[in-house]
Amino acid sequence: MAKMTLEELRKLRSSQKSEMERRDVEGKETHIIVGMGTCGIAAGAKGALDGFLDTIKKNNLDDVVVKQTGCMGLCYAEPTVEVKVPGMPDTIYGNVDAKVAAEIVEKHIMHKELVQDHIQDKPAGDIIK
Amino acid sequence: MHYSLSDMILDLLQNSVEAGAREINLELLREQKNLTVRLTDNGCGMTEGELEKAKEPFFTDGIKHKHRRVGLGIPFLIQTVEQTGGLFDIQSEKNMGTSLNIQFDLGNVDTPPEGDWPGLFLQALCFEGDYELIIRRMIISENGEETGYELRRTELQDILGDFTESGAMLLLRDYLRSQEEELS
Repeated sequence: MAKMTLEELRKLRSSQKSEMERRDVEGKETHIIVGMGTCGIAAGAKGALDGFLDTIKKNNLDDVVVKQTGCMGLCYAEPTVEVKVPGMPDTIYGNVDAKVAAEIVEKHIMHKELVQDHIQDKPAGDIIK
Repeated sequence: MHYSLSDMILDLLQNSVEAGAREINLELLREQKNLTVRLTDNGCGMTEGELEKAKEPFFTDGIKHKHRRVGLGIPFLIQTVEQTGGLFDIQSEKNMGTSLNIQFDLGNVDTPPEGDWPGLFLQALCFEGDYELIIRRMIISENGEETGYELRRTELQDILGDFTESGAMLLLRDYLRSQEEELS
């Protein structure tokens, strides 16, 4: 990959946008929120984020919203990720590495099927507002 | 404990974003034996007393998590620097901002690996919030040759729009990785 200029980046973004319009993708309703507190970072949340991005790219899911947040209070189960998909319960997954991230995209997001072994019930009691 | 130096810096950058900084500057200067990191922000800053407490692992301001009693970002950094022959200085002024000067000794066998810098930049650019982040990465090779690049969050946002859209984030990742290409 040669060094990309800002102008090249602009062109790529505009062709990506027209492709998304052509496919008439649904609204940005799918959210992946990766916990990026000190605990998440130490446990390898970056690997999880890369795993999500790689699988999203592989499946051309350009319209998913990917966010980072701080500690969700489940430090023992980091990296943790909250996934919101229309028609599915909001789910927090724990111990998410790149492989599990790929599984979450392909099962939970694409086929509305929970990834059973990694479900955490809810954020810890002292964190819920 | 964080695995790499870039993870450690990510933690500190997140502090700046959470401190409500409107502008954050990160400079990374890598020479043969040293990595110098300068991080300044104009966030909420700390009083002298708060700054001393921030260096303690068993202290947090209680704002983020009401009942938690640990804050490990800065203590991890101090521990690493002390164990590996590095240097560390933090200055802060309440309501003005905070600045950090760090030097890691890359020749020390116990210094953690540098890690994935473009990965760090991606994450630091993609936090939520309206802040400018200016990153300058510079490498000085053995024969004195300088290479590097500069990133500005607002400039990239102007091109890509909202980074939280996966399409935009993927292009940003490609762009950042490509910037590393011509570094010596």
